[in-house]
Amino acid sequence: MKDDVILCFCEDLTRDEIREAIKKGATSFDELKRLIRCGMGACQGKTCEENIQREIMTITGRKREELPLPRQRPPSVGIYLEDAARGDDDEK
Amino acid sequence: MMKNSAEVVIIGGGVVGCAIAYNLAKMGCQDVVVLEKEYLTAGATGRCGAGIRQQWGTEMNCKLSKASMDTFEVLNEMLGYPEDIELKQDGYLILAYEEKEIEQFKKNIALQNSLGIESRLIDPGEARKIVPHLNTEGLLGAAFCGRDGHANPFHVTQAYAEAAKRMGVEIYTYTECRDIEREGDRITAVVTDRGKIKTEKVVNAAGGYSDLIGAMVGLDLPVYSERHQIMVTEPVNPLQGPMVISFYHHFYCQQVPHGAFIMGQGDPNEPKGHNIGHSWQFLQELSGKITGTFPALKKLRVVRQWSGLYNITPDSQPILCEAPEVPGFYMAIGFSGHGFMIAPMTGVVMAELILGKDLSMPVHKLDLGRFDRGELVLEPSVV
Repeated sequence: MKDDVILCFCEDLTRDEIREAIKKGATSFDELKRLIRCGMGACQGKTCEENIQREIMTITGRKREELPLPRQRPPSVGIYLEDAARGDDDEK
Repeated sequence: MMKNSAEVVIIGGGVVGCAIAYNLAKMGCQDVVVLEKEYLTAGATGRCGAGIRQQWGTEMNCKLSKASMDTFEVLNEMLGYPEDIELKQDGYLILAYEEKEIEQFKKNIALQNSLGIESRLIDPGEARKIVPHLNTEGLLGAAFCGRDGHANPFHVTQAYAEAAKRMGVEIYTYTECRDIEREGDRITAVVTDRGKIKTEKVVNAAGGYSDLIGAMVGLDLPVYSERHQIMVTEPVNPLQGPMVISFYHHFYCQQVPHGAFIMGQGDPNEPKGHNIGHSWQFLQELSGKITGTFPALKKLRVVRQWSGLYNITPDSQPILCEAPEVPGFYMAIGFSGHGFMIAPMTGVVMAELILGKDLSMPVHKLDLGRFDRGELVLEPSVV
């Protein structure tokens, strides 16, 4: 049965699309990210990670604690280029 | 189960390793193993700026990149890839802020045109027409080639890997090359953390770690690695056609088809090494350059920054050859920041070299011996 529930809101990825990519061999969050962009959007994986890790567990049969966490990269939230350019100068 | 022998073992699951594997298989050599210590594209390929250009300053870089562009244009069909490599050909605009840059660009363009690359020198007004949000203050002119552009490195690599696998190539991810065994001067096996693979032919396609692989056969290779940082914004509607780069400001900036802006810079003070960390100084410096050159982008949000390794040679051209001292040890290394964009043709000539076939493009000028002979042709056009 078709399952078009969206698990990654930034990139509009459905459960079926995510499962298909896992079945193709992308069995970690960071590998999936490179193939289908989950975790590359505005949330940087903060909203979708648990849902997607659960799909990896279901398909690969691995336990949650066996699955590598995605690499965390800065900034922790999106930041305007003009603010990044200013740095902390305006706080002095 | 891993194979315990192979005709060729390729070390490195980046775009170069996968392109070589595909071409070997296509030319009839299917007994090939690719070793990757993490996952495909985990190294430099997956960390690069995703630009593909033909505007180079040396004959070999021009020829390799032009032939590769011809291949990118048909890659989905050639490899039977069900997804899309996201080719975008809206050009590369290379900004000049100094008279000596204009002089260099004129030389480069003459060379490029003589090799069939359709680049030209344009004035700031035309640059502004091509990129309406470009601040042309201080700009003297620019080089432009409309056939340059973008491809998605993850999908290009995946496309090569899937096509290679269909022809029998084995790709072992999370499998690290630990040593290369020899008897006399002949290679006999590759030792991995999952066991040994007997082979007489090894290809070093290890990107930023090519020096470590070279050391396994006693070679002190004339390459070093250097961190280059990069960042990406949230996706927005199409705004910028070409990749815009500046050697003067050491930056590049493009909007990929998906909508995000990818940008990076070279740091002349970056130390040699394998560091792939990130710094807030980079974020601040590059944001300053980008908002100065493209004021309209100041309200774009940066969502992620990372870094990868350039594997650099003394002339910024790759090393493509068999090691004279170690027969059976082949190298496709030292791409100096432009391995992705010349990978398609690199894959072809390396496979021909390994199988002893006539080369469809002579690459003897890119051998290891050029550094000892002092026959260096410096590539001037690297960010």
